[in-house]
Amino acid sequence: MTSERGAVEFRAVRKNYGGFTAVPHLDLKIAPGQLVTLLGPSGCGKTTTLRMLAGLETPSAGAILIGGQDVTRLPANRRDVTMVFQSYALFPHMSVIDNIAYGLESGGMKPAASRLAAGQGLELVGLSGLGDRLPSELSGGQQQRVAVARALVLEPQVLLLDEPLSNLDARLRRRVRTEIRELQQRLGFTAVYVTHDQDEALAVSDRIVVMKDGRIAQDGTPRELYEAPASEFIADFIGEANVVDCEVLGLAEDQALVVVGGARLTLPSRGIRPGPARLAVRPNAFRVEPGNGEEGDGGLEGRVASAAYQGDRIEYEIDGPAGRLFVIDGRSSVPLGVGSPVRLQFRGGGVALIA
Amino acid sequence: MNADNRRLDLILAGAVLCLLVLPWYKIRSGFFGFGWIGDMLARPDLWPGAFQAAAGRWQLWPVLLLVAAVAGLRLTAPSGAARGRWLVRLGVLGLAWLVVEGLSVGTRGWNWGLLERLLGEVAGQPAFGAGAVMLGLFFACLISFGAAERGALKGDAFVLTAIVLLILLVAVFVFYPILSIFTGAFQDFDGSFTAQGVRRNIGDPKIWSLSCLTGGGPCGVAWRTLFLALCTASATTVLGLAFALVATRTRFPFKRGLRLLTVLPIITPPFVVGLALTMLLGRSGTLTQLIEAATGLELGRWLYGLTGIWLAQVLSFTPIAFLVLIGVVEGVSPAMEEASQTLRAGRWRTFRKVSLPLMAPGLANAFLIGFIESMADFGNPLVLGGSGGVLSTEIFFSVVGAQNDPSRAAVLAAVLLFFTLSAFLAQRLWLSGRSFATVGGKGDGGRHALLPARVAAPVIGLVALWSLFTVIVYAMILFGGFVKLWGLDHTLTLDHYIRAFGISLDGGLRWTGVAWNSFWTTMTIALIAAPLTAGVGLLTGWLIARQRFPGKAAFEFALMMSFAIPGTVIGISYIMAFNLPPIQMTGTALILVACFVFRNMPVGVRGGVAAMAQLDTSLDEASLTLGANSGRTLRRVILPLLRPAILAALVYSFVRAITSISAVIFLVSAKYNMATAYIVGLVENGQYGVAIAYSSVLIVVMVAVIGIFQLLVGERRLRRPAASEAAA
Repeated sequence: MTSERGAVEFRAVRKNYGGFTAVPHLDLKIAPGQLVTLLGPSGCGKTTTLRMLAGLETPSAGAILIGGQDVTRLPANRRDVTMVFQSYALFPHMSVIDNIAYGLESGGMKPAASRLAAGQGLELVGLSGLGDRLPSELSGGQQQRVAVARALVLEPQVLLLDEPLSNLDARLRRRVRTEIRELQQRLGFTAVYVTHDQDEALAVSDRIVVMKDGRIAQDGTPRELYEAPASEFIADFIGEANVVDCEVLGLAEDQALVVVGGARLTLPSRGIRPGPARLAVRPNAFRVEPGNGEEGDGGLEGRVASAAYQGDRIEYEIDGPAGRLFVIDGRSSVPLGVGSPVRLQFRGGGVALIA
Repeated sequence: MNADNRRLDLILAGAVLCLLVLPWYKIRSGFFGFGWIGDMLARPDLWPGAFQAAAGRWQLWPVLLLVAAVAGLRLTAPSGAARGRWLVRLGVLGLAWLVVEGLSVGTRGWNWGLLERLLGEVAGQPAFGAGAVMLGLFFACLISFGAAERGALKGDAFVLTAIVLLILLVAVFVFYPILSIFTGAFQDFDGSFTAQGVRRNIGDPKIWSLSCLTGGGPCGVAWRTLFLALCTASATTVLGLAFALVATRTRFPFKRGLRLLTVLPIITPPFVVGLALTMLLGRSGTLTQLIEAATGLELGRWLYGLTGIWLAQVLSFTPIAFLVLIGVVEGVSPAMEEASQTLRAGRWRTFRKVSLPLMAPGLANAFLIGFIESMADFGNPLVLGGSGGVLSTEIFFSVVGAQNDPSRAAVLAAVLLFFTLSAFLAQRLWLSGRSFATVGGKGDGGRHALLPARVAAPVIGLVALWSLFTVIVYAMILFGGFVKLWGLDHTLTLDHYIRAFGISLDGGLRWTGVAWNSFWTTMTIALIAAPLTAGVGLLTGWLIARQRFPGKAAFEFALMMSFAIPGTVIGISYIMAFNLPPIQMTGTALILVACFVFRNMPVGVRGGVAAMAQLDTSLDEASLTLGANSGRTLRRVILPLLRPAILAALVYSFVRAITSISAVIFLVSAKYNMATAYIVGLVENGQYGVAIAYSSVLIVVMVAVIGIFQLLVGERRLRRPAASEAAA
């Protein structure tokens, strides 16, 4: 599969800067036509990984393959990848159309042909007619789309996007990320997308690679990551999660019987042995019921520590034997008073055993 | 065929062609005269390298062998790391051999007696010519291409070649001459080793005597120069700071006028201020006569000596300190000062405790520049020095005067170099870990606090007085060219201008003025040197700012250090290095161009680095990921955005080539005389009127040329003009 056009492979890649190791050991394969997000907090090595793929950094060890070809030592200008920069990096002294034609002309295309192709690129991102403007005369969102068009007209095997939305306001961000995803699906290119915003990652990706300290912390589809986080770090980084102590009573095939408070749950065991364990519980995994202060079956007892009315939902902090829990109730519209007893029932889903 | 092979083929073909066609040795009448083409067959000294080797010059055989080895490698080995390693080795060998054979065999055979005893007699050879230089470049390219094939710097051949060539050039034109000074000190007239000259000069009381402290006669020239430099540096720093403070932190009404002052030292030939001072304060100076008439005192010759030189230098260099310090004073973030004020500190406390310490590194920098400029100054001491000179004039007279003592010149140059380099290193050491860059990328709101009143009043007074003095001095310069004989006969006349720049129209246009010859030479050489300087400087700046390569820190440091080498030392080192084979350039225009390029390069480098720091690296990276190589990135993205820096570098190097004197005076020849050297000659003959007239013309021409450069390079267009913006 890795010899196909658009396939990417990192083999045992390491990157040091002087004495500092940014990426200690990275093995990663990306299938053609997928949009893969590298997600992680700042300093986790995701941008270094992207720049190594672009050819802007040379790995200290290991190999990088694009479309089956070893490109480890190939300079950036001879790799069949293009990049959309966080700052867009539009050349401020060239018009929009010249910016888009720049890469085509670097590849030896005649000016007339390249301008024609650049015009088509501009049309692709819906900016026809703005070709003669200078980048400084465009809005942020338009500049961003020019940057995408400039990278796409070269029809690269892989498109790299380095936090492409971080300079846009929240509303625009949502729209542009949809556009990028649509373009990627329509044209079918491979894309590697770096972001630290988990919402963005969940929305656009076929696959998310979460990185921490230069290593892959977890790798899977957005749903897998959300519903079955491998660790407390992932659980907390992708959506919010309460980490609750529990007890694994026994295993049946790959299912575990788990007791937490007064509730009994059957969950995928994920290699966890009987004994004390921990659960990652999403805030919306509960049904909130007024409690009577007694330990009943099938739920957690607690008291409301705070309640915040948010319009479409109510956010509670609830103190109980398991510590303070963050709970979202999306069904009732009248908040319970602070101090009143509640019972939290598991609704099914949104709960996973973590290591 | 891949790019590795293509470029290797190209330089191989070039090398073979050069060996077969270009004369290996230097041509006396000059390569670019092309008169040699006709005589080539008849005269063996014009033969290309391959024929020289065939005719029995065995020292060239290794060169042919190495070229053949490269050709063999190209035909038998595929491009890759293994071949790259060999190419690097062959290139290094080739360069090393050129150095060894060039330095060993001189015009009259072996340069070293030891070699003659070992290897027998050898025929003498002239200096390197076009063929040898091209082969040197070929070997340099082999190193960079080989390194590229090995994958160094991501296999970027363009960047590698630029680095290798720059290192080669700096080695040949900066370090080799400096080394020659030290070897020159230990050589007798016939080239054999002797320490006698050094021993005689190093303990010379004329250099090192401290008897002025005990009251028994004058101090040595080294101490006097040092004392003068310290005084000048202190005075220019204080005055420069005063000017900068007035320009930014007071309500002084003539701030724009003050900024004009900063242009003056750049366009003023260095000895002109000295001349004007003579006219004002000399024995028959205007002011002297006024004072003598009013008081009846005999003022005498007080101006000639250290006092006069100091005054001239402070006048000349204060604007430079101002230029440096205005950036420093503006660079202190207003937020810091505002923070201090909200913490209940008054204006005076804020200034003393916050602003001034933040400016300290800048002050140190201004002091260093004043110190080095004073040490290197040649024009003012020559005009005002009287009987007691300073190091730079002593060096000059020990070479050109009746003394003709090269080893004395070498020792004095070494002393001068020691002073400036020590100051440079001391400043670097002091500055490390003390850089408070306070201007961030973010827009800094707020305004600079005004000076507290008790500082403002004296500072403004000082600045106003000094400005007035400067204006008078420059008025003298312009006026002095129009009077018959300064101090004696003040009738207005155009005689001086006619004598210098006369044109006769009978029998066609004839340039009859005495100045035309040196004037056109100066313009030509400055116009050749300026783009080269800007090019080399900005390319180096780009490499330093944008590329990572081993040894970069050392490379950068060496470059900046060359800023601390006084012009006099450069001049003397160039004659010592380039008077004899292997590289012989004295008496040519080339040596002047080379001198200007490498002397003014550090400024281009600084400008380039500073300008590059404002361009986001993602622009380069975007260009690379869009398939452009480094050369194209530089041409299409970086250069267009660097236009302001290019303009600055062009103007600076052009103007410096016209105004500099210290290095030039050693390098001019009858055929290629430069304006400044010619003017100094006029001054020495007492023809002050013509000298002044010529200097004024130079100043006017420079202003005009700066304007033309501005038009040529143009603005960089990042935004449309306001009108269409409003329409959009």
